[in-house]
Amino acid sequence: MKLLTTLLIASAVLVLAAQNPPPVPPTAQQPSEIGLVISARDDGSPPKLAVPEFIPLGKEPEVVAAAKSIADVLWDDLAFEKEFYLLPRDILRTVPRPASVEQVSMDRWKELGAEGLVVGTVRKTADGIVVEARLMRVMNGAMTLGKQYSGSPKSLADGGRVFAHGIADEIHKQQRNLRGVARTKLAFSSDRDGARMKGPVGDRDVSNIYMSDYDGANQSRLTVNRSIDIAPAWSPDGELLAYTSYRTGYPDVILQSLRSMRPPTYPARGSVENQNFLPAWSPDGKMLAFTSNRDGNAEIYVVNRDGSNLRRVTSHPMADVTPTWSPTGTQLAFTSDRGGTPQVYVINLDGTGLLRISGEKCDRATWSPAPLNEIAYAAQAGGGYEIRIFSFATRESRSVTDGIGSNESPAFAPNGRHLAFTSDRTGRPQIYTIARDGTDLRQITKTGSNKYPNWSQ
Amino acid sequence: MTTGRLLTPAVILTLAFTFGACAKSKPPVARPVDTNSGPIPPPPGLPPKPPEPVPEPVGVPPEPRMEDPLKVSDIDKINQNSPFQPVFFRYDSAEIEGEGQAVLDANAAILKKYPEWVITIEGHSDERGTAEYNLALGNRRAAAARTYLISLGIPADRLRTVSYGKEFPFDPTHTEAAWSKNRRAHFVLTSK
Repeated sequence: MKLLTTLLIASAVLVLAAQNPPPVPPTAQQPSEIGLVISARDDGSPPKLAVPEFIPLGKEPEVVAAAKSIADVLWDDLAFEKEFYLLPRDILRTVPRPASVEQVSMDRWKELGAEGLVVGTVRKTADGIVVEARLMRVMNGAMTLGKQYSGSPKSLADGGRVFAHGIADEIHKQQRNLRGVARTKLAFSSDRDGARMKGPVGDRDVSNIYMSDYDGANQSRLTVNRSIDIAPAWSPDGELLAYTSYRTGYPDVILQSLRSMRPPTYPARGSVENQNFLPAWSPDGKMLAFTSNRDGNAEIYVVNRDGSNLRRVTSHPMADVTPTWSPTGTQLAFTSDRGGTPQVYVINLDGTGLLRISGEKCDRATWSPAPLNEIAYAAQAGGGYEIRIFSFATRESRSVTDGIGSNESPAFAPNGRHLAFTSDRTGRPQIYTIARDGTDLRQITKTGSNKYPNWSQ
Repeated sequence: MTTGRLLTPAVILTLAFTFGACAKSKPPVARPVDTNSGPIPPPPGLPPKPPEPVPEPVGVPPEPRMEDPLKVSDIDKINQNSPFQPVFFRYDSAEIEGEGQAVLDANAAILKKYPEWVITIEGHSDERGTAEYNLALGNRRAAAARTYLISLGIPADRLRTVSYGKEFPFDPTHTEAAWSKNRRAHFVLTSK
């Protein structure tokens, strides 16, 4: 099974996706047959993949530009998961681009040692854009994956990134049985628009919720509010964003639809006396855990997303804050300073089974998606904080960040292989992503102060 | 560094009154002169001028104000020159110590003098804790100040609290001095 032993020959499965992909990414349908898997090599190193420029089928400038940019983005998307060895771009450029799919020759790719080749085309039709991608086995020219996507003319406005993301996720799924994150997004709070609100001492920075693609592209503003909106959390279905807003004069949990203009709802039903913050979605998307001072001091509560069935989980005179759900939805991890310093505890949803898991001052636990069963948090180190990951399997924790700056507010990617976090390593707080082994640090934001990242499912 | 916060309520009120009076006295306002002073004749030899606004007489003290400026000023003005002093806290603490108690005693005296005032106590923290936990810490500081004011007889429904964590540092620099200023409960007049 390790080498290319699968005998299934996939027929060209070209599936037409829905029209008008943005803002909903085009989702290619499952191929009717699973094709060849380009496996890891005998020595265990990842298979070599060539992702040259796509072939523009037409002379329109946007088609020619997209043929280049889609391949560029696809290269980055595939490199992000480190499942393939990608032939470097300068080497790709030494191979002449064919004028059509029929003219693709495997000879040069064989010489370069590639095992897989992505052949893509872009063309304009009467009502939009059609992008086609095939994953070929270099050895014999057989197609292992074929996808066709169509989109509105506007879908090339950002270079056709959405097509590249769809192809990358398909390749990861089919070839590596991996849930890629190319189509995921980050939400965070930012003061970048420079708006100020009148404060009692002087003007204060306004912060609003922003979002971007997982790699920092397409940064856009979601809330427009002369107050502070912080700590966004994506619902598992991607339809809603929960966050903490002070727009009413006190912090409250707000649910805002991302797909409709429906007015926001307030499931925790805050008031001057009942203040609520830091919402976290249950894995099934039906409930929210949050912190509230409604019974006198900060405790953890759970409520259905429609505001019904509010119940209190913790009960302690010290502060219990910052909840996160276990992947099974039966436990919460949270921060409590009941032991003298803020530490991370785990508790069953019914309030039983309290267990401290940290041995150091820390906060903002975030439970990994299954099956990893780890908890990331910000632990005090030196003058600031480091992102650390606690493993339930080993009962030990390890540092992910490198001791530079203060690093806070970790958030797992939906496949658990990456984290987003806030760091002030370059001055003002900015959003970064990093692989869970501490490699591949990437700066996502650069303008203003940006905090409280959260990764969509 | 602490003397400024040890002002007695009387001094604070006097200062506030003075600020208020100054604010009221400028820009200069033309006032009618005494009826018996008559129009000023133009100096001889000069062409007649159009009538000028009568200057404010020098040496006449401003009319004594019957109203208290804190009663007539709008909320924003009062908050800009707030009669309330902030309470500062030790690192990672929400405990109100002697110095903070003196400040709260003074703030309570103001609240007793203006029984219609409702204030919001803002809890703030320095930048050294995590953003999330600091929301809880700020909450606890505001609540501690509120509890103390209630113990002095201020009705609970006049005392709101809100925590901003480390979102709004008073001094955004990264020094011990800045941090000690940022760990505070701040008193804001909300309605009157």
